[in-house]
Amino acid sequence: MSTNQRPQPWQAPEHDQPVAQVEGYNFAYLDEQTKRMIRRAILKGVAIPGYQVPFGSREMPLPYGWGTGGMQVTAAVIGRDDTLKVIDQGADDTTNAVNIRRFFAKTAGVATTEKTAEATVIQTRHRIPEKPLTEEQILVYQVPIPEPLRWVEPRETETRKMHALEEYGVMHVSLYESIARFGRITTSYNYPVQVNGRYIMAPSPIPKFDNPKMHQMAALQLFGAGREKRIYAVPPYTDVKSLDFEDHPFTIQSWDDTCALCGADDSYLDEVITDDAGGKMYVCSDSDYCAERREAGHVGHQGVPAGTDTKGEAQ
Amino acid sequence: MYVAVKGGDKAIENSLRYLADIRRGDRRVPELSIAQIREQLPLAVDRVMTEGSLHDPDLAALAIKQANGDIQEAVFLLRAYRTTLPRFGASLPIDTAKMQIRRRISATYKDLPGGQILGPSFDYTHRLLDFTLAANGETREAPKSDEPVPEGMPRVADILDHEGLIELEIPDDEDGAVPDLTRESMSFPADRATRLQNLARGDEGFLLALGYSTQRGFGNAHPFAGEIRMGELAVSFVPEELGFEIEIGEITVTECQMVNQFKGSSKVPPQFTRGYGLTFGHCERKAMSMALVDRALRAREFGEEIEAPAQDEEFVLYHSDNVEASGFVQHLKLPHYVDFQGELVTVRELRAEIEAREKDNQTDDDELAAAE
Repeated sequence: MSTNQRPQPWQAPEHDQPVAQVEGYNFAYLDEQTKRMIRRAILKGVAIPGYQVPFGSREMPLPYGWGTGGMQVTAAVIGRDDTLKVIDQGADDTTNAVNIRRFFAKTAGVATTEKTAEATVIQTRHRIPEKPLTEEQILVYQVPIPEPLRWVEPRETETRKMHALEEYGVMHVSLYESIARFGRITTSYNYPVQVNGRYIMAPSPIPKFDNPKMHQMAALQLFGAGREKRIYAVPPYTDVKSLDFEDHPFTIQSWDDTCALCGADDSYLDEVITDDAGGKMYVCSDSDYCAERREAGHVGHQGVPAGTDTKGEAQ
Repeated sequence: MYVAVKGGDKAIENSLRYLADIRRGDRRVPELSIAQIREQLPLAVDRVMTEGSLHDPDLAALAIKQANGDIQEAVFLLRAYRTTLPRFGASLPIDTAKMQIRRRISATYKDLPGGQILGPSFDYTHRLLDFTLAANGETREAPKSDEPVPEGMPRVADILDHEGLIELEIPDDEDGAVPDLTRESMSFPADRATRLQNLARGDEGFLLALGYSTQRGFGNAHPFAGEIRMGELAVSFVPEELGFEIEIGEITVTECQMVNQFKGSSKVPPQFTRGYGLTFGHCERKAMSMALVDRALRAREFGEEIEAPAQDEEFVLYHSDNVEASGFVQHLKLPHYVDFQGELVTVRELRAEIEAREKDNQTDDDELAAAE
């Protein structure tokens, strides 16, 4: 395939076809008893910010590792009047995001949107939207490994004890080891945080760029890990501190470049390879943020003004 | 990169249609029916029912067909269906001593009450491809014995029990709630009921490898196949509103009792100990593997040292489920470019630092050389 036939990243995200609702399943797929059980776990999680609450995770019709925890949380909190946005890697148009959005359109018949500001429930994998969230919104994270201490201690029996006793020394030692070896903390995503001055928590594999957004966020943040059967939460306006040292303060990623489409210099950028000779460009990972900026008239150095895009899609 | 992850409705729809098309294969070949799969691939059906933890041969056969013959995918389909079913309660414990025996063998006794009954088994087949099957050769019906298999064949473990040579097996309080690991998350240390439930649903390949590892010295196992029995059993249930027992159906199960040598410890005198395996249908390899792993997991109970993977409860129970494992391994196919970008930034920074340092050293060396 020659490069000029490839769908180009600056083309507008395609909009979902209308989805017919399925019969024979309860609203949002899960039965009401299961939803109640999940809501109880969520309430416990909200009451103890950052604490991983075990719950009776169900087998979902999607594979484990593809957002079954986030889907169960979303199913438990979503109502008929909600508007759902689903993103994966910051984008609404990645196949898994499309698939999960379709699932809820099918089983709950709720309105869906790609606009961050219009959504009341946002399910996400690996990103927090660039646009600040409000008290009216709930952010649901898909979590693969809920245990932040897993890489220093593989045993659940041990890590639960460590949390209970607030025995977090090993975590600091492991960060210190990284500084000793590389001169810096090399963790770039799933960067551990301490919530409300107590529990150390895995923010899910969001880039550390997004960590500061969790701190004192106006929206309720819920985390669902289906395979590992854990739910945890950060209530609105809660302190979330990325672990660091006085002489090695926490920093976030930065780029020398700006978004090639909208010119943003304050968003998380994805690298897009444009040819096989090392050519590349950077574009916003948050597709809605980028589209909104372009609609507002911002044009990046390789972008075209909004409204002049042509459409293309993967087959 | 964008091409691979951008898709949306149409690409997904086309992918599903392509998959279905491949499932049907060449249209000149007659389509498989559910009945054909159920009747002619019975061991695949049994495995899917066992690991899918749902006894329904027709649904299992449907799952196998829908999964293009991918057994783990079929297990997943059955599980995803099972999870939507209402739960009425737990059946009464089945008594395998009352089994209508089709196969029963013991490796610990040459002969025993009830005798050795081979039943249908691959054990004594010569593994030579049978080309008459390829030529659609008709299979003759199996001869039937004139004498019926005796009913109520005693279990080998019960025979050992009379002498007190084998550990006592004391049933749990029958009124006690049965743990259900599909409804609650596991916690550790797990009780034996939860462990056995986990192993019964566990992947056959995983348990086979773990069981094998205990035989090769990773774990202190000295097992004998005390008994393997396969046959039919009635399942009974007491509905709350009736208050008495009713028979709700008949299932085929395979049971394996491993008898393990045990030299005793500070807690327990020398005696034989048990490992237990049970599956739906005829899944002998799985039942035997399960029994080996069950025994290995009882290390803590007997005060044995926990050194091998098969004895490690968290290792075994957290990794035995092939629906969980398959999902998480394959989720690596999902886009990770945001995380990967984070790693790119980090690696570039680290390399830039090293380069700068090397350049600095080089300049220092040059200056030194110039000064000399």
